[in-house]
Amino acid sequence: MTDSDKAYYLPSPSHWPITGSIGLFGIFLGAAIWLNGATFGPWVMALGSAVFIYMLIGWFGVVIHESESGQYNDQVDDSFRMGMIWFIFSEIMFFACFFGALFYARMLSVPWLGGDGAGFMTNYILWPNFVDNWPISVTPDPTLFREYLEVVPAWGVPAVNTVILLSSGVTITLAHWALKEGDRKSLVRWLFATFALGFVFVGMQGQEYYHAYHELNLTLNSGIYGTTFFMLTGFHGLHVTLGSIMLVVIWARAKKGHFSEERHFAFEAVAWYWHFVDVVWLLLFVTVYWV
Amino acid sequence: MSEAVLNGVEHQHDHHPTGIKRWLFTTNHKDIGTLYLCFSLLMFFIGGAMALVIRAELFSPGIQYVDPQFFNSMTTMHALIMVFGVVMPGTVGFANWMLPMMIGAPDMALPRMNNWSFWILPFAFTLLLMTLLLPGGGPAGGWTMYPPLMLQTEHALPFVIFAVHFMGVSSVMGAINIVATILNMRAPGMKLLDMPLFVWTWLVTAFLLIGSIPVLAGAVTMLLTDKFFGTSFFDAAGGGDPVLFQHVFWFFGHPEVYILILPAFGVVSQIIPTFARKPLFGYVSMVYATCSIALLSFIVWAHHMFTVGMPLAAELFFMYATMSIAVPTGVKIFNWIATMWRGEMTFETPMLFAVAFVILFTIGGFSGLMLGIAPVDFQYHDTYFVVAHFHYVLVSGAIFSMMAGAYYWLPKWTGYMYDEKLGKLHFWLSVVSVNLLFFPQHFLGLAGMPRRIPDYSTQFSEWNAISSVGGFVFGFSQLILVWVIIKSARGHGEKATAQVWEGANGLEWTLSSPPPYHSFEVPPKISRS
Repeated sequence: MTDSDKAYYLPSPSHWPITGSIGLFGIFLGAAIWLNGATFGPWVMALGSAVFIYMLIGWFGVVIHESESGQYNDQVDDSFRMGMIWFIFSEIMFFACFFGALFYARMLSVPWLGGDGAGFMTNYILWPNFVDNWPISVTPDPTLFREYLEVVPAWGVPAVNTVILLSSGVTITLAHWALKEGDRKSLVRWLFATFALGFVFVGMQGQEYYHAYHELNLTLNSGIYGTTFFMLTGFHGLHVTLGSIMLVVIWARAKKGHFSEERHFAFEAVAWYWHFVDVVWLLLFVTVYWV
Repeated sequence: MSEAVLNGVEHQHDHHPTGIKRWLFTTNHKDIGTLYLCFSLLMFFIGGAMALVIRAELFSPGIQYVDPQFFNSMTTMHALIMVFGVVMPGTVGFANWMLPMMIGAPDMALPRMNNWSFWILPFAFTLLLMTLLLPGGGPAGGWTMYPPLMLQTEHALPFVIFAVHFMGVSSVMGAINIVATILNMRAPGMKLLDMPLFVWTWLVTAFLLIGSIPVLAGAVTMLLTDKFFGTSFFDAAGGGDPVLFQHVFWFFGHPEVYILILPAFGVVSQIIPTFARKPLFGYVSMVYATCSIALLSFIVWAHHMFTVGMPLAAELFFMYATMSIAVPTGVKIFNWIATMWRGEMTFETPMLFAVAFVILFTIGGFSGLMLGIAPVDFQYHDTYFVVAHFHYVLVSGAIFSMMAGAYYWLPKWTGYMYDEKLGKLHFWLSVVSVNLLFFPQHFLGLAGMPRRIPDYSTQFSEWNAISSVGGFVFGFSQLILVWVIIKSARGHGEKATAQVWEGANGLEWTLSSPPPYHSFEVPPKISRS
């Protein structure tokens, strides 16, 4: 560490990347076979997932070991930071794509189908009975895309979930302050609180989905409202789940005494990720549920 | 665990596994660069063979050799392979080899992830190519995958979609690695505006990749859920819109074309100063031009969709935004020409390809301007004029610059000069045949021949026959390149000096040819001229 100015760190050859490729290949291949209706698809997918999880544990294990044994200098730390920041940027663009679809439907395609502007003939010829409103409970062709009873109201579970996620943003910051002050007990406690809130969020979201599917008749098949609703909240929920699992790992590492007051990149990376998930939710809450 | 914490005192030499394990497990930027380049070359011949199927079928009117479904799967696969399997991996291969050497680093910033970025590709392309063996054949809806046509694909659909996801993972990881390398691994004292232009173009390209590839992933995910999970993103019966896909796809697609061409600009900007024996004219304006092209590339996407029935305001906005890209591009072309102006020029193979690039890319740029004018695009849209346009910018543009780069850096990589005679033969065959292949397609398009159709009206016969002859000559000429590479790699040829080219400047030319396994074990001193 003393000559971190002039020394470079280079990892040795590793079999983990290609193991990961084999795992991902299995997952994709299995999923494609499954979607084509062959019964062995799920088995291929399960095998691929097993290999992939084995890779995750192994690769992260190596990195954690290298990090804890002090092999990384400041330059490596910076590379990791940049890697995480740009990874989160790529995630933002992924969500932007689905938000774009939502805005396009609300602002353009649904009004056009309802006869707005140059869409008059579209409406007249194709579906003259279709009335433009949002959320659209009756789709242009209700025989193909089913009608639903009502949407999930913003000021029920979603509002509570907003409070939950915002609080988890506070608890992870408290955990970070505790880490920087060397207060390990509070660190572990606040981390626990954070992922607990995360899992509660996912649980409530699951319940909301159940309610939507079974009582409101609101499904992926309910036209563009159901489509954007489930795809946006679904991908977000997936990210909360992933973030919560990452928090559990960080919590377990904190309990083992990992991280120092000055150097704790993994903690910060997960915290950034968590805040990203938080901000996406706020956007979702406003544009999907509320307005 | 770690191989070495390298510093000036402790020298650890090439400790790496040998044989197949070296290539499977490598964390070395040169090994990974070589893998990328070899992969790209292999895919070039696979995608090229598909192009020859297309050209053979189009040699004369009527259905000759293949059925229309297979023909369409050839056009689709040819495009997917050339874009994602040849140009992208090829330029990433150049980046892997050259970036650390150009900025005075020992390796890439995240070497293990670098290995993963590469080793995803063979698996992803296996997933893509195996669709040709499935019931219903390969995807035939075009590489742009427009619904509802694409959703009629049989068993191949999920394979293609997952292959695109898989390649996307590779591209994003590769791009993140490149950004981290350039921003974090430069030799002490090297400022951003000291970087060679190839480094700059790759920095900008990497941003484009991170910003646009996830959008493609989203677009194909929507296709997947529309087909299998009952969503209605692209189905008007549910309140969606098939045109939405085109918007999302081209929001990725237009930055993508700059992802393909910006590294090419970078390569040419390295080569022309070397053989003109003058520093690059207008370096700073080149950097700004690169950045403005990248920013503009995110707000011009709908010029690919002028004929789908967009509101007039949108047509106008996208037309003017598109026109404005001609300004920074013009700056670049002006600068390359000004670099050559009164230079002490010599015309070795890399320079020949670079000069041909400047001329032929400009032709492609001009036909692009024509296509960017909304009212006239109504005539050109989906004709062979479009095919001619993007092959001029991609084949005699991106691919030619990759040829130029390969000849330029081959002596550095292998330590031996390539065979100049064969190189020149390769160049002249390529440059003549590529024009024979694509120039007549302008006429065909203007006369109204539609793209992606295996049959055509008899008045198009002559130009199609000529184009096909050009295609076959171009295709088989590329075997010379393989032979040149093999000869140089096996040490047949003059031993190359460290500088290789008399006019070459930059850190990469201070290292021996071939360079040491870890490029710079101690940061080099940067001297400003």
